[in-house]
Amino acid sequence: MNAAEILHLATNVLAGIAPEADLTQVRGNEDLREALDLDSMDFLNFVIGLGQGSGVAIPESDYPRLFTLDQLVAYLLAHGAQAGPSGG
Amino acid sequence: MAAFLMPALGADMESAKVAQWLVKPGDRVKPGDVVAVVETHKGAIDVEIFLDGVIDELAPIDESLPVGAVLAQVRQADAPPPQAAREPPPGTAVAPAGRLRISPAARRRALALGLDLATLRASCVDGAVTLADVTSAASMSAPAPVRPGGFDPAQMRQAIAAAMSRSKREIPHYYLTDSIDFTAASVWLERWNLDKPPQQRLLGAVLLLKATARALVEFPQFNGFTDDGRFRPGPGIHVGWAIALRGGGLVAPAIHDAERHTLPELMGALRDLVQRARAGGLRSSELTDPTITVTSLGERGAQSVLGVIYPPQVAIVGFGRVVQQPWVVDGQVRVRSVIASSLAGDHRVSDGHLGGLLLGAINQALQSPETL
Repeated sequence: MNAAEILHLATNVLAGIAPEADLTQVRGNEDLREALDLDSMDFLNFVIGLGQGSGVAIPESDYPRLFTLDQLVAYLLAHGAQAGPSGG
Repeated sequence: MAAFLMPALGADMESAKVAQWLVKPGDRVKPGDVVAVVETHKGAIDVEIFLDGVIDELAPIDESLPVGAVLAQVRQADAPPPQAAREPPPGTAVAPAGRLRISPAARRRALALGLDLATLRASCVDGAVTLADVTSAASMSAPAPVRPGGFDPAQMRQAIAAAMSRSKREIPHYYLTDSIDFTAASVWLERWNLDKPPQQRLLGAVLLLKATARALVEFPQFNGFTDDGRFRPGPGIHVGWAIALRGGGLVAPAIHDAERHTLPELMGALRDLVQRARAGGLRSSELTDPTITVTSLGERGAQSVLGVIYPPQVAIVGFGRVVQQPWVVDGQVRVRSVIASSLAGDHRVSDGHLGGLLLGAINQALQSPETL
C-alpha cells in the first residue's frame, strides 16, 4: 500500500467508528483521540480495522505511534502494509 | 390469551412507538424472541417477548403508545383459536376462492409493495380487496426497508433530566470515595495483551466490571431495587454499564450475570453493547434488567466521578481514569497507576460502613487480576 491508500483505509475505518465526524477537518498532526473524541474502545476498534486492512500486526506497545494520521501512515508504510481482504 | 404490553424501558420512559413488527399475526413466539423494534428516546430498541404462543392483533406502527399499552395478544400454542379470531368479524367477507377481486389501485399498490395477492383479505362487504386493505396488509407484514437507529438528543436529554430529578428528589444519597492501586491490574493486562491479536485484547474496563460484580456477590445489599423505599434484591448481578453516546446522552444497558463470565466473554459483551448502544439495537431486557450501574470514565475522562443513582436501583459505582501518582509501598514512595473509585448509595437501604466494605472488596479483587 502507498501513503494515499493507507490514508484511505484509515478514513474508512474512522468513518465506521465516528460516522458523524468530518474527517476532512482533521489535520495530519492532530491527535485523533482528541479530534474525534475516541475512547479506548473506539481506539481498539480503530487498531483492529487498521490491522485487518493492512495485514500489519500492531502490538499494544505501538499504539502511541498511531495517534495521528501522519504517524500512522509512516508506521504502516514502514511495516509493509498490504491491501487485505477488507482493505480500502 | 395473554396481552403483550409496552414495556417500561427504564424509569425515564413514559411512551414509545412501535417502529417495526418482526413477526406477523399467526406467528409462533417463544420467551426471549425479539418481536418488535420500538422507537424510544434511547433510540431503536429490540423488544423481546416473554410469552409463549401464537401472536395476533398487532398494534399499529408509528403511533405513540404509553407504557403498559397492549401491543399484541398471544394465544397459547396448543389452545384452539377463539371463535372471534377464527371467524371473520361481522361485515367482513372473504374473497371467493379462484379469482381474487381487487380494485385496480389496490392491485398496483400491492404489486409495488411486493405483497402476495393471494394473502390479501377484503374488509368490505362485497369481498373486493381495496387500497385500504393493501395498506393495512403492508403495514402488518412488510418489514421496514431500513432498520431505524439512533436517537433524538433533545428527547434523551429530557428523559435523563426526568430520571435524575426523580433520583435527587427521592433517594437520600451518600457518597464514598477510595483510591485503588491499579498497578497489578495494568501489568497483568499488558502481559495478557502482549501476544494477542487486537480482536482478543482486553481493556481495563472489563477488570473494573468483573471486580465490581465479584464484590457484589459478597455485598448483595447494593444489587437490587427499592419498592416504596424497601429493598428488593436483584434476581442476578446485572450490571448496567454506562455508555456515553456520540452527540450527547448516555444509556446504561445490562451485562447479565456479570460475575459468572470470563474476562474475554465480558470484553465481547462490552464491545457488542457499546456498538448497539450507538447504532441502535439494544434489547428491551438490557434496559429493564440492570440491578446496579457502573460508570467508568475511561482513559480520557476526569480523575473521579460521583454518580447519581438510577431509580429504582440503590447504588452506582464510579471509576475515574488511571493516573500515575506517588504512592507509599512498604514505607517507600513509588510511582503507581492509581484509579479513584466511588460509591453513591441509597441511605434507605445501606450505610456508609457497608459501602466502604464494598469498595474495599472491589479494591481487593483488583489486586489479584489473575483470579478475575
